[in-house]
Amino acid sequence: MTRQVFIQELEQLHNNVIKMGSIVEQSMNDTILALENIDVELAKKIIIRDDEIDLLEQNIERDCINIIAKQQPIASDLRKITSIMKIITDIERMADHCADISEYIIDLNKKPKAKAPENLDKMVTAMKKMVIDTIDSFVTADLKKANNVIASDDEVDEYFNVIRDDLISMMQVNKDVIPQCVDYLMIIKYLERMADHATNIAEWITFIVTGDLVLS
Amino acid sequence: MNDTVSKFSVNDLDLFYGSFQALKKINMEIKENEITAFIGPSGCGKSTFLKTLNRMNDLVENVQIGGNIYLDGVDIYSDIDVIKLRSRVGMVFQQPNPFPMSIYDNVAYGPRIHGIKKKNQLDEIVEKSLRQAAIWDEVKDKLKKSALAVSGGQQQRVCIARTLAVEPEVILMDEPTSALDPISTLKIEDLAVELKKDYTIIIVTHNMQQASRISDKTAFFLLGEMIEYGDTHQIFNNPVDKKTEDYITGRFG
Repeated sequence: MTRQVFIQELEQLHNNVIKMGSIVEQSMNDTILALENIDVELAKKIIIRDDEIDLLEQNIERDCINIIAKQQPIASDLRKITSIMKIITDIERMADHCADISEYIIDLNKKPKAKAPENLDKMVTAMKKMVIDTIDSFVTADLKKANNVIASDDEVDEYFNVIRDDLISMMQVNKDVIPQCVDYLMIIKYLERMADHATNIAEWITFIVTGDLVLS
Repeated sequence: MNDTVSKFSVNDLDLFYGSFQALKKINMEIKENEITAFIGPSGCGKSTFLKTLNRMNDLVENVQIGGNIYLDGVDIYSDIDVIKLRSRVGMVFQQPNPFPMSIYDNVAYGPRIHGIKKKNQLDEIVEKSLRQAAIWDEVKDKLKKSALAVSGGQQQRVCIARTLAVEPEVILMDEPTSALDPISTLKIEDLAVELKKDYTIIIVTHNMQQASRISDKTAFFLLGEMIEYGDTHQIFNNPVDKKTEDYITGRFG
């Protein structure tokens, strides 16, 4: 097979994206755990880990630019590299949101304990499945799985609306829980955004496989 | 594919060199005022195919051709005089091949053969052709000097001017920049893009980036077959056939 160096560089790139995805998956799982238990120590670890992910993003971005400059990729190779440059931005934003949620967990811990909104666990489960399936579909270029992720986004959006309405009702009933409810409102927004980023990634995976740009 | 007019229509073209089949059932429409690029590995038939378009293969022994090629609807193998055909379908080769005479005489060669004798008329054609070939400013003060005395890139543009001087409708280019440095190459590429307003250009190239930079349509050939033909942006972004993908991305073996 010709172009051995190029093929190795593409494999390395692929593996680095998976590595970045795995670290963000870990941050997401930790965020879910920290949210359940209002675990401040874990939340702090997530915030620190964000720097590691930022660095990985920069490295992958630099590798993509180098490959474009040196190897002049075209067709599926070009689709993959340009998509990766977009995908890593979304992965990095997911990590940012884990850190953002962690800040609110730390903040919630300083306030009187309030009951977590109903359906939060269901929203978290739906969002988590989207993120994991997105990373899986990148690993194996699984178009079907990527399309399922895109279709799941509405479910997470719906949970966001339901929980937001519940939080409004809770605040109307008891003014004392307003500060906690506002924190939770921010948290569910970040969870909803994480699902959006998973959707974006799934759309780029579709582009890698088919060459069709999905508009969202 | 858009709806511009077909300059060439090729139907079921077969070409044999003796018992060796070099082209197999080629069918394609080549559009007017576009640049069409032929790509493919050495021996795939792309240059052979290019040469069928102005019957240069007639000069090769033991060539047998089947199928039809129409230029503006006229069968070029039965209904047109070959000299007339070649004045309508000019050709630029891989190595710049100026005649061993002055730049002026190179460009005036074709028009003179076609009977133009008046000096002022020839002067006009020479200047116009050299301008069209984007080399007038570089050679206008040395028209009487040997065409062999200028650089390779300049020689190639003189040869293009020589082709243009007989006012062809189509220009066939067979790897026109493979012997040139990168800057001369880009000048020829710019020139091709400029010329397509008035001419139909068909270019054989081993330089994939060249095909993607300048052509409107690209055809990929392999072992005498045309594997894929489409809009250049489609071929280089998302080819349909895996063989095309493997070739343009450089995957062999």
